[in-house]
Amino acid sequence: MNKIETRDLSLFYGAFQALIGVDIAITEKMITALIGPSGCGKSTLLRTLNRMNDLIDGVRVTGNVLIDGKDIYGEKTDLVELRKKVGMVFQRPNPFPLSVFDNIAYGPRTHGIKRQSELEGIVETALTHVELWDTLKDKLDRFALNLSLEQQQRLCIARLVAVTPDIVLMDEPCSALDPFATGKIEELMFELKKAYTIVIVTHNMQQAARVSDRAGFILLGRLVEYGETRQVFTNPREKQTEEYITGRFG
Amino acid sequence: MRRLKELIIEKTILLNGFACIFFVVLIFFFLAKDGLALFRTISIRDFLFGQLWNPIAEPPQFGILPLFLGSFLVTLGATAISVPLGMACAIFIGEIAPRWMRELLKAGVELLAAIPSIVIGFVGMTMLGPMVKNIFHLPTGLTALTGSFALAFMAIPTIVSIMEDAISSVPRSYKEGSLALGATHWQTIYRVIIPAASSGIVAAIMLGIGRVIGETMAVMMLTGNASVMPRTILEPVRTMTATIAAEMGETVHGSEHYFALFALGLVLFAITFIINLIADAALHRKRK
Repeated sequence: MNKIETRDLSLFYGAFQALIGVDIAITEKMITALIGPSGCGKSTLLRTLNRMNDLIDGVRVTGNVLIDGKDIYGEKTDLVELRKKVGMVFQRPNPFPLSVFDNIAYGPRTHGIKRQSELEGIVETALTHVELWDTLKDKLDRFALNLSLEQQQRLCIARLVAVTPDIVLMDEPCSALDPFATGKIEELMFELKKAYTIVIVTHNMQQAARVSDRAGFILLGRLVEYGETRQVFTNPREKQTEEYITGRFG
Repeated sequence: MRRLKELIIEKTILLNGFACIFFVVLIFFFLAKDGLALFRTISIRDFLFGQLWNPIAEPPQFGILPLFLGSFLVTLGATAISVPLGMACAIFIGEIAPRWMRELLKAGVELLAAIPSIVIGFVGMTMLGPMVKNIFHLPTGLTALTGSFALAFMAIPTIVSIMEDAISSVPRSYKEGSLALGATHWQTIYRVIIPAASSGIVAAIMLGIGRVIGETMAVMMLTGNASVMPRTILEPVRTMTATIAAEMGETVHGSEHYFALFALGLVLFAITFIINLIADAALHRKRK
């Protein structure tokens, strides 16, 4: 079964239509990349999947987004449950201005875990998962904003892992990082793929080619092409995709 | 020619900048000159800790403890009222209210700041005073509490506008990060936004207190002006500011009483200076 499925999904910012009739089916435990030029709507599409667009005034969504077969734009949707299940990593690392420990414990605490021993366990597991435990285990009370950018982004991923989501949305997670750190985060993504369904927005096409299993090309709010990453990159069906990938625009 | 013009403008601006500091220093020396003259005849100890203020007694008594406690009680009451109200208001404006209501409320708060304190004094005298009198069954409605209420209204605009600035300038990414983890709006506000804005919040409270301590007109009208040692907030008190305003006209230039009022001004100056210093330190606090 498809983990995520959108049906005729359109999104309007006031009068401007940012997504036009998008149909996409995303498979479990794979990395799906959304590519396209700046402003094409790929981040907007990503943000419909955990309803982060709700925060913006004047947004209207039509069509359906099904996650595990349930329409998340239905009336019964519990936003807290949805966002616990569909986590997000942002473009710029955004740790809270708290200690490393409090950053990771934030989610679990929010969801009602109070026992210190339990929180300590969660923090250790989450940091181990993103390979930060060995570096930070003696510095859990360090102020998170003083870490390097790469470590901050790992911390943000650990913070997410701590609430055990199902799906991880990544909105250009490496755009603030240097190539070396980018490589490290990509390795981490392969590791995370074993447990999570990952959707990543990137305008770095090499990155999409390297990490993703499926790729969707979005242009001016339309999903122009969607398929196996290798096929999209080596043998695109659509002329626009080919032009974008070969660097003729974008 | 152009270089000269630049130079003149630059120096003028520099001069203006220094002028502000210069005036503060000047005011301080002016206060200190006449204020410190008091201590030629009266000990600092008697002045600060004396329990009786009675300049026309024979010999005159210049103990400012009752006045200090009067100011303290009124300020404490006003702070206790205005901080929770102002904070709730700032959070509502900064985080919860839809845009049109935000603009409306901000305009309203600014309007509140524009009300002359004498008008608040009027309202307090005709409405608040009798209310306090009836509710607590007191012989008079002119008490420290009445003054506190009126001053709270004057402190709220300061508190709200600085706090709201602090709350609005918390990076959007913190809020998004928190919501994306499944936190509710309220959890996001009290676990991320308020801690992130804490230095601005402390500064807002401090400046609100500074505003309250220095206020004169309304407290003079509302607190009953009895310079006795206050025991509860439901008794008439007299603040330091009201004392200076009420008695300055009756003193003889260069008399002991005259110097005593200047010394009182010096104490006020020191208190507000310290409060502003704390506010400033809070605003510029660096995280380690």
